[in-house]
Amino acid sequence: MQEQRGTYNVKSGLAEMLKGGVIMDVTTPEQAAIAEKAGAVAVMALERVPADIRKAGGVARMADPRIVQSIQEAVSIPVMAKVRIGHFVEAQVLEALEVDYIDESEVLTPADDQYHIDKWQFNIPFVCGARDLGEALRRIAEGAAMIRTKGEPGTGNVVEAVRHLRQVNSEIRHVVATPEAELADLAKELRAPLELVKQVKELGRLPVVNFSAGGVATAADAALMMQLGADGIFVGSGVFKSQNPEKTARAIVRATLHYNAPKVIAEVSKDVGEAMPGLEMATLAPKDRMQDRGI
Amino acid sequence: MRIGVLAIQGDVREHILHTEKAGAEALPVRMARDLDNTQGLIIPGGESTTIGMLMAEYGIIDAIKERAADGRYPIYGTCAGMILLADKVVGLSPARLALMDMAVSRNAYGRQIASFEVNLSIDVLGAEPFPAVFIRAPKIVQWGSSITPLAWYEKELVMAESGPYLISSFHPEMSPDVRIHQYFLEKVRQAAALVDAS
Repeated sequence: MQEQRGTYNVKSGLAEMLKGGVIMDVTTPEQAAIAEKAGAVAVMALERVPADIRKAGGVARMADPRIVQSIQEAVSIPVMAKVRIGHFVEAQVLEALEVDYIDESEVLTPADDQYHIDKWQFNIPFVCGARDLGEALRRIAEGAAMIRTKGEPGTGNVVEAVRHLRQVNSEIRHVVATPEAELADLAKELRAPLELVKQVKELGRLPVVNFSAGGVATAADAALMMQLGADGIFVGSGVFKSQNPEKTARAIVRATLHYNAPKVIAEVSKDVGEAMPGLEMATLAPKDRMQDRGI
Repeated sequence: MRIGVLAIQGDVREHILHTEKAGAEALPVRMARDLDNTQGLIIPGGESTTIGMLMAEYGIIDAIKERAADGRYPIYGTCAGMILLADKVVGLSPARLALMDMAVSRNAYGRQIASFEVNLSIDVLGAEPFPAVFIRAPKIVQWGSSITPLAWYEKELVMAESGPYLISSFHPEMSPDVRIHQYFLEKVRQAAALVDAS
């Protein structure tokens, strides 16, 4: 047999290797080096972190390829980058740059209000956001090899991350408890392919790795999401919008590993300085809610 | 028989399931004390920089080295685990166990786009080819005479052993085939027999 690249096994396999780890948003090679040194398993190369995207307003797009490349040169861990929902040419560009993972992300302004990218056309794996099980399975059906619950990016408020992970988990429990004969109906209700719903019933979990994203700002936040069942953590603005990024990054990595050891979490949370300033959900206008994009 | 699976980060669950399927009990190892009552250890795939750093910080490197000092504590390292067992690492060099006389180069096949799967012929497993998954895999660039090669792909050494230690640059836990885990369990059995005899 010839060697085969870009298989689903190889794509979802990289996500499996990231489990139990923290993926950090970075905007410069210096930040990428800080993230790697703190123990991040991967970095997300961006032009602006979500909190700044919120502040700037207007249309947010894929980062300048030069930024992506300078970050690739700065670290040895995997480098991810974001494309707008449905913008398959931005994805082609990132594939040409050989990023390790593409995030088709609601943090950027959607380019297509109807369709996501047909991710099966790519050899590079994709991660997509989801607020519930149906959304997660639709993205997997389109070829996503990794899921992250959406939360509400750039807020430093973990409440939506918690809501979405609990929602996915409670729907998985419902699928597991549903008799085989009623699965087709349930699949229709979830607007998800029956085959994937069957797989969820068999496995008792999503068929791919599921990280938590959108609002993690402290070590305790990260451990909270891990205890709720996340496979790992994305930290967007939480590290580099905090008072002391090095310490915050180190604390979040260690709390993600020892999420069940409150004494360790207490130890690593000491003297890390102030977390990023947070936003209360009620202050967000509907147009500012990123999680409602691309569902 | 109880096998520890280092559970700092990476595909821990897959190694635990494979070890159980191969016929042994598998326990996640997060702290040094979790090594107690294990007769062997598997170091899974993941990010070697992250795993090595956190192993060192929580005293796990020292604890494993102490346990391995008599040469009768088998360890199997896959991908990142192989890097952590190597004496030398080319380029950025993570904290590690350094128990095997070899030099490895991280991500030497290239970035994720170059990750691949292929069926390998591995003599010690029999005639049936083994489905091997290589993900941002390292290469063994140099090795000493204590290393016994077990499998090759395109002239690269991809699986080897040395005394109680076994390594592969690919991931056997990403396919349903458990023969490599069975092979490792056999090494653990032999080491345990030696301990009993002494």
